[in-house]
Amino acid sequence: MNTQIKNWFSSGRPYVWLNAGAVTVSAIMVIGLLLLIAVRGLEHFWPADIAVFDYYAEPDAEKVSYMGEYIDRDTVTRARAGNIKYEGDEFTRYLLKIGNRDVYGLDFAWVIGAGIKNESYPEDATIIERREWGNLHGFIKSVTVNGQTIESGDIWQTFQETVEASNKIHEEIRHIEKDLIGAINYKMERLRLQERRLEIKGNKTPEELADLESKRAELQSEYNVYTEQLAKLYKEFNEPFFVAVLAGGKEKTVNFSIVVRAFRPNAMSVFDKIGFYFEKLWEFLSDEPREANTEGGIFPAIFGTVLMVIIMSILVTPFGVVAAVYLREYASQGPFTRLVRIAVNNLAGVPSVVYGVFGLGFFVYFLGGSIDQLFFKASLPAPTFGTPGLLWASLTLAILTVPVVIVATEEGLSRVPRAIREGSLAVGATKAETMWRTVLPMTAPAMITGLILAVARAAGEVAPLMLVGVVKLAPSLPLDANAPFLHLDRKFMHLGFHIYDVGFQSPNVEAARPLVYATALLLVLLIIVLNLTAIRIRNNLREKYRAAEQN
Amino acid sequence: MSKNDISITESVLPDFNSAKARNHRNKRHINDVITRYLMSFGGVSVIIAIVLIAFYLFYVVFPMFMPAKVKEFGNYAVPGDVQQRTIYFTMEEQHEIAIRVTDKGEVVFFETKDGSVRDKLKLPIPENVEITSFSSGDPTQRTLALGLSDGSVILFQHNYQVTYPNDERLITPGLFFPYGETPTSLFDEATPINFLTVQYDGEMATIIAVSESAKAKILNITREESFLSDEVEITRKQSELLLETPSLVSMRMDVEQRDLYVAGSGGNIFFYDISNKSNPSLVDKVRAVSSNERITSLEFLAGGISILVGDSTGKISQWFPVRNEANEYSLEKVRSFNKNKSPIVSIVPEYFRKAFVAVDEKGHLGLFHTTAERVVYFSKLKQDNVEAIGIAPRANAIVYQDSNTDSLHYLDVHNKHPEISWKSIWGKVWYESRAGPEYIWQSSSASSVFEPKFSLTPLVFGTLKAAFYAMLIAMPLAILGAMYTAYFMAPKMRQVVKPTIEIMEALPTVILGFLAGLWLAPFVEKHLPGTFMVFILVPLSVLAAAALWEFVPERIKHVIPEGWEAVLLIPVVLLSALTAILLSQPVENLFFGGNMPLWLSTELGITYDQRNSLVVGFAMGFAVIPTIFSISEDAVYSVPKHLTSGSLALGATPWQTMVRVVLLTASPGIFSAVMIGMGRAVGETMIVVMATGNTAIMDLNIFQGFRALSANIAVEMPESEVGSTHYRVLFLAGLVLFIATFCFNTVAEVVRQRLRNKYSSL
Repeated sequence: MNTQIKNWFSSGRPYVWLNAGAVTVSAIMVIGLLLLIAVRGLEHFWPADIAVFDYYAEPDAEKVSYMGEYIDRDTVTRARAGNIKYEGDEFTRYLLKIGNRDVYGLDFAWVIGAGIKNESYPEDATIIERREWGNLHGFIKSVTVNGQTIESGDIWQTFQETVEASNKIHEEIRHIEKDLIGAINYKMERLRLQERRLEIKGNKTPEELADLESKRAELQSEYNVYTEQLAKLYKEFNEPFFVAVLAGGKEKTVNFSIVVRAFRPNAMSVFDKIGFYFEKLWEFLSDEPREANTEGGIFPAIFGTVLMVIIMSILVTPFGVVAAVYLREYASQGPFTRLVRIAVNNLAGVPSVVYGVFGLGFFVYFLGGSIDQLFFKASLPAPTFGTPGLLWASLTLAILTVPVVIVATEEGLSRVPRAIREGSLAVGATKAETMWRTVLPMTAPAMITGLILAVARAAGEVAPLMLVGVVKLAPSLPLDANAPFLHLDRKFMHLGFHIYDVGFQSPNVEAARPLVYATALLLVLLIIVLNLTAIRIRNNLREKYRAAEQN
Repeated sequence: MSKNDISITESVLPDFNSAKARNHRNKRHINDVITRYLMSFGGVSVIIAIVLIAFYLFYVVFPMFMPAKVKEFGNYAVPGDVQQRTIYFTMEEQHEIAIRVTDKGEVVFFETKDGSVRDKLKLPIPENVEITSFSSGDPTQRTLALGLSDGSVILFQHNYQVTYPNDERLITPGLFFPYGETPTSLFDEATPINFLTVQYDGEMATIIAVSESAKAKILNITREESFLSDEVEITRKQSELLLETPSLVSMRMDVEQRDLYVAGSGGNIFFYDISNKSNPSLVDKVRAVSSNERITSLEFLAGGISILVGDSTGKISQWFPVRNEANEYSLEKVRSFNKNKSPIVSIVPEYFRKAFVAVDEKGHLGLFHTTAERVVYFSKLKQDNVEAIGIAPRANAIVYQDSNTDSLHYLDVHNKHPEISWKSIWGKVWYESRAGPEYIWQSSSASSVFEPKFSLTPLVFGTLKAAFYAMLIAMPLAILGAMYTAYFMAPKMRQVVKPTIEIMEALPTVILGFLAGLWLAPFVEKHLPGTFMVFILVPLSVLAAAALWEFVPERIKHVIPEGWEAVLLIPVVLLSALTAILLSQPVENLFFGGNMPLWLSTELGITYDQRNSLVVGFAMGFAVIPTIFSISEDAVYSVPKHLTSGSLALGATPWQTMVRVVLLTASPGIFSAVMIGMGRAVGETMIVVMATGNTAIMDLNIFQGFRALSANIAVEMPESEVGSTHYRVLFLAGLVLFIATFCFNTVAEVVRQRLRNKYSSL
């Protein structure tokens, strides 16, 4: 037996298996991670049933009534459970989302399985999503609309209609406040800057001042019209309310103005739930965040990420391609170009946070500060470009990713068969013509590969952005209806930073967690798709040249 | 027309030499040249732009290591009465106006740039009474006091009111007597006060005076506003302190009015605790200079914790009370400066930084910083015999008067970063109120006289600790995996496995960090014994599976061809990992009292942080596995086939071929993979920000967190003020990261190039 084992080991086969084990572990880690993110990110939108039960934290403790959805469960040892009086070595604990933060202080609670008694799933248990204080869990007792209180009959119908009506008003108010009044404020600010500019120039003529004044008065009167409208809307908005009975019998009066939607998961069929699921998913993708980013959607973050990546691409492609073409086609190949190549390769490995430091020091404070001094003197001391913003973030990431584009393009250039170049030159084309008409078109897929890789890297980078332009909550998108439409000086939101911020800086991590998973899933999918595209293009390219080389 | 011409006109081609054709050719030529220059220009500028990064980092870091610059800006006759001797100089915040106090009780406010007198005031000294001593409180309080020959003291403040008439700054100086213009009498008899020290902070004042005997008088005045009415109650407490020595050199009280230092002419320093004003006590007595030397100057450093002692040899030493285990304080000499060679005439501390100016008898002016142990500037002044010297609150100007020509010199000082030296960044520094020299990173605090602790060592340590644990997890998995994938794995499977693992390289690290911090850290804490069992159980069960496979009948073995072992192992690995986690709780109940983290801290004294190095090791290991895997796989895969075929043909087993031939040939490639992985681990930011506690401790404990260079930059950079020392130190941290990764990558690149050449020759 002993010699058998010895022989077996000396054959080396166990080692091969160990090596195989390393691959298996790596692959399982990769796939497990993706599955973890996917499951955790997607399950959040599913409307889970609400349980109503009585709970005893200890066998002899007082009864507490709970109403909520089970979020998580785990098993802990007696020591870790805090040596409770229930019997057993191990305990199952459930994480319950109980909502009603305004009443309980916390909207999550851990309960010990052994303490749950009289569990039921009543059909009329309702979850009401609100704009403040998180969800409300309870039973609707009465609805008051237009001074009339409905307590019996089809309360639920009335309730849903009122929610719909109040959401419409909310939409209208938001439109007036954000778009219309926002535009007026923007114009007012421009007028102020115009006046300040005249002041700096030192020739403030009465005509010019009068002109400014009349424009200002015009804006003011417009503004007054809107405020009147708003006052009317708000009156209508704040009037209807309802009374809900919480678990344990406590009553709570809530205005409809803060209700986003209400649903009764226990009464929903599977199809209802699927419909609801996609509605929530869509809200997540298309809506703005609420409640310190722990509720609602992530649209501004998606928008910010995409816009920043687009601007970065516009900046990085020409620079990267020009540098690669110079290195491969024009520079004389020697120790110098070799050195430059090594340097470029190495820059791809320099930590991204170093680029962030550079971007902050050079772009934001030095370049931005100088631009402000030259062109935006009127708004000083408030900085325009001398503060982190979209342009600087894009530029920093462009510098960060330019080595990727250079390397990819160079590889593409080196793969163009010599015969094609020589053929072009032989029929009398100049070097420039050869390049524009034959070499570069053939390299285009390589450039696109480089660009996609650059985009994939830029989309996932967070550390440098923390220094040069992202914020947790941007008041307005960097692209809007106010001229000049694209506001490069604005700060923006970003998916990666959103994950960091909501996951780690949020006051209510438990509530934010599912959204973070969902955001992470979105980001991972985005990056995997981009990378797979790059790989596909690269493979096609290789096939194509193999054909060209063989001919 | 000749025949030749006809043939040309009949040709379908246009005339080669026609003007149009020539034009066209010229245009093409010009285009070609323009493209060449544009491309060269563009290419070179892009390359310069990216190389600029390194230079810019240097450019920002560089000023920290520059010596200070001192330039004389004004030189004029001393304003006020030249006959009177100057006892005190200082300036206001903007260093526009300076104040001169003379030994006859004259206060002159004058413009620093030309010496023109703004205001001249006479202090209310009674007739026939002379000034016998002088004391200035903490400079930020602008409190001065005169000890008079009749045993009384006048306390006053110099204040500056800033107004902006016509949008221009106007500073109006003035004097304020908080306890009235009549001198406060400390001694019953009319005895001259020879030594005096005062502090006044607007609420409380303490005056300590010594006349001819060794009996010091302590007067403590407090004012309390009653909560109910506007009444102000003033309490005076007077007590006595019998000094150890009757012959004094100097006497200083700290800004908190709790400590008193007395320098005796014998070279001793006596440290008294006067926090209880009615019962002061001697805490420690030390000999500050050797026997044939004497103390010439005694001064507090900003903040009132350290005392600076200048002696007759020109040495300046810093002392502060250090607490021992028994909670007793003793005065310790922390460091000394030996730059001056002749007796120190005066030491002037800066208002806010732990720096000071010292002048010696020969007229050498030195700017020193204690924390950095750095002589920032040292030079001989134009005139020696300095009578008095003062510094501006922001330490950007100095005025001094020489008694040779009785002229006043106004010096402009450019001394932005005295707190930085090689030692203060990398070495152990004995910071104020600490028990001994330490490595500490603590960049800011609420207090304005806080001693910044800019030691990058703990941060570098944190970075290396993170990289170490990450490599510990990543290296075996990635390299063994790469060996298998490149050499043993079935090609079909390789086509799937390689891109799958490589795609993870692009996975945003913020996601890994967030999972590590919010999912893995609690998971590991909950299943701590299980986590460690995974490390043992998984390899063991892989071996067991391999052994079992030997007994599987050939028939079944043939169904699964060689190179698919990894697939067979999926259930094995999953099951064994699951078993380890499931066994976690029973094991914990059995051996660790049901709570292993608690057991660790109570039984072994190891602190357990939830976000610790183990978690970071997992997450960062995960981040670098793809990098190392991909490069070493390439290296192994590109080992020429004839080498392996030869080895196999000679009868070596595949494993022997792998270890003795393939691995040996590919080892430089694997080395470079490890270097690049290391570079990535060192610079990784988001994982370390999110998965550790970010406390800058130096401890190899796997269950504790750390603060890495990169995380430190990401966290502190947005809050640091542009151009400040903190800002530049963070740039230095960035530069260190840059250089480190650049080195790792260059070594890797060079090794790889060599390897490529070697393969091509094989």
